[in-house]
Amino acid sequence: MLTDREEEILEALWGELVEKKNQSCDISVLKDDDIIKRLSDLDYVEIRNSQIKLTNKGREEAKNCVRRHRLAERLFVDVLDIKKRLVHEASCKFEHLLHKGLDENVCILLGHPRTCPHGRPIPEGDCCKDVKRVPKKIIMLLSELELNKKATISHLEAQNQAMLQKIIAIGALPNTGIRLIQKFPSFVFQVGKSQFAVDKELASCIYVRLD
Amino acid sequence: MAMDYKGPIEYSIELAVEKICDLLKASYFISKRSVALLLLQDDEEIREIVRKNESDTIDDIQKVVKEAKAHFANPITYELALERQNEVRLIIEKAVKIKKETIELRERLSRLTMNPITGIPILLLVLYWGLYKFVGQFGAGTVVNFLEGTIFEKYLNPFFIKAAAHIVPWRILRELLVGEYGVITLGLRYAVALILPIVTFFFIVFSIIEDTGYLPRLAMLIDRTFKKIGLSGRAVIPMVLGFGCATMATMVTRTLPTKRERIIATILLSLAIPCSAQMGVILALLGGNPKAMLIWAGIVGLIFLFVGYLTSKILPGERPSFYMEVPPLRMPSISNVITKTFARVKWYFIEILPLFLLASIFIWLGVLSHLFDFMVNLLKKPVELIGLPAEASKAFLFGFFRRDYGAAGLYDLNKHGLLNGVQLVVSCVALTLFLPCIAQFLMNVKERGWKTGLGISVFILFFSFSVAFVVNFILTRLGVIL
Repeated sequence: MLTDREEEILEALWGELVEKKNQSCDISVLKDDDIIKRLSDLDYVEIRNSQIKLTNKGREEAKNCVRRHRLAERLFVDVLDIKKRLVHEASCKFEHLLHKGLDENVCILLGHPRTCPHGRPIPEGDCCKDVKRVPKKIIMLLSELELNKKATISHLEAQNQAMLQKIIAIGALPNTGIRLIQKFPSFVFQVGKSQFAVDKELASCIYVRLD
Repeated sequence: MAMDYKGPIEYSIELAVEKICDLLKASYFISKRSVALLLLQDDEEIREIVRKNESDTIDDIQKVVKEAKAHFANPITYELALERQNEVRLIIEKAVKIKKETIELRERLSRLTMNPITGIPILLLVLYWGLYKFVGQFGAGTVVNFLEGTIFEKYLNPFFIKAAAHIVPWRILRELLVGEYGVITLGLRYAVALILPIVTFFFIVFSIIEDTGYLPRLAMLIDRTFKKIGLSGRAVIPMVLGFGCATMATMVTRTLPTKRERIIATILLSLAIPCSAQMGVILALLGGNPKAMLIWAGIVGLIFLFVGYLTSKILPGERPSFYMEVPPLRMPSISNVITKTFARVKWYFIEILPLFLLASIFIWLGVLSHLFDFMVNLLKKPVELIGLPAEASKAFLFGFFRRDYGAAGLYDLNKHGLLNGVQLVVSCVALTLFLPCIAQFLMNVKERGWKTGLGISVFILFFSFSVAFVVNFILTRLGVIL
């Protein structure tokens, strides 16, 4: 079992090596650090000439750590409604509790989110590949909502700024009540006192939480 | 209303706004605060303006923007919207009482118009009564016959012709003013007696439909289909207008958000949407032959989708996205409809009238220089190729300048028994796809520029004849008798 510190080091390495696609990381400053040594002894990392790389085993573990962290962030923001500036701190503590199995439950609960609230991707878990197993969800895409059920917008995930701006212009903002009126041929929903028709692409930017 | 934007304690949007305001040296058409907020929201237009005006401080400004963005999890646009929404909610809580909502009759009716199963029959009813009966039969038929046949042909034209004979001594100039294709006898008559009433009636229907709030519902019904041809549901407005006057509808493509959508819409309007004048001719020619009418409608519909699909594949650019408010259905108010119709007809007339006058000058030049005789001969070959008698070439050329003349040409041919059912369908298909009129051509050039406008027109010229050729070939080979 890794300690919290060790998991965080792995997360940092994931960011540098996998997401930023750096070949390796310079750790000359930390050369004699105990944690690095332990990670190396446990065969999570490989150190050569002060350059550190993730092993396959380390990579898998790092991926899971990052996944837990970002899922925790989503949980705090979307479900528990914790203010953004506290999210990171809270998630850092919480992620270590989300071990195998628990992270899957949270992921299912949240509707397999693709990004954390800061917009960084959440690595896929086994549960995301097999969405059919999903039990009743709390957070879901607007398009998955039943007609005429009352829900609240939990968050927006737009592919680009232009799409985000369109949804903002409509006033479909988080914590606003929403009710889906029609799904075909276009999506029609009611936000506040107004009804809007949008296409599938825009509707898929809106995530909702059942009331 | 001014509000302070908050954000995290250690770094607020206000702080960034203040920093940027200090760095902005030039003066702008909006307040520095607004400029700063737009910069933080990545507004490209304002960024370019600032880049030009603030060569000394642009780097520092960009640094502040970057720094501000780094402090927020979401794009700043999003953060600002959230704060504004909170502010609005606070005000509403204090100031507004909301009654409990019930699904009333209006809402039921609204759902009926949006559900495809009931919505499509409703649409057909609207088209039949609004467009076919009111605009087509009453406006383009009864009213136009009276204005053109009685007022102009009996009273105004003879008067002007007589007056010109006294005042203008030169025959050529007289031709220009009051000749067969004269500025007054053709251009003005065409604009005032033919187009004006049709368009006025069309605008009345359009304003009523618009005021009931039906158009967004139509847009949402059709969005999926329009996406396949590179347009969004929003384009339904110019397309519906196209059934009134394609020239005016081309002008309205200005309301479409991207250049790509505007080009696709212009092509489809010029090609496959028959304007009310074309509809009139086609209804008269095919009216007694439902089978031929069905074949014509099927072919034109297919061409609309096919060409739209192709152009959307060829033209680069992003897929359009569709979002539109669906307002509650309302009873239109008569005074609103009248005011709107009047304003639109006025605006339309100011834009269109010069084009019609210009068209008669072109015809005058064409006849004077014998260019028309030459072009009629040039058209004979393609006209024969699509299986029509050579005499029809005159109808096509003049139809481009003067719809009633082209139609009359076809009527005469038809009356003399020179056209069989297949030839009727072929000529109607060619006539529909062919550029509706010279005003449309000029509008294409005006709105899309010389290169695109001319390109579209040349494409349509060849395409309409090619399709007519293929249709003729297939129908003849299959031995279809209509």
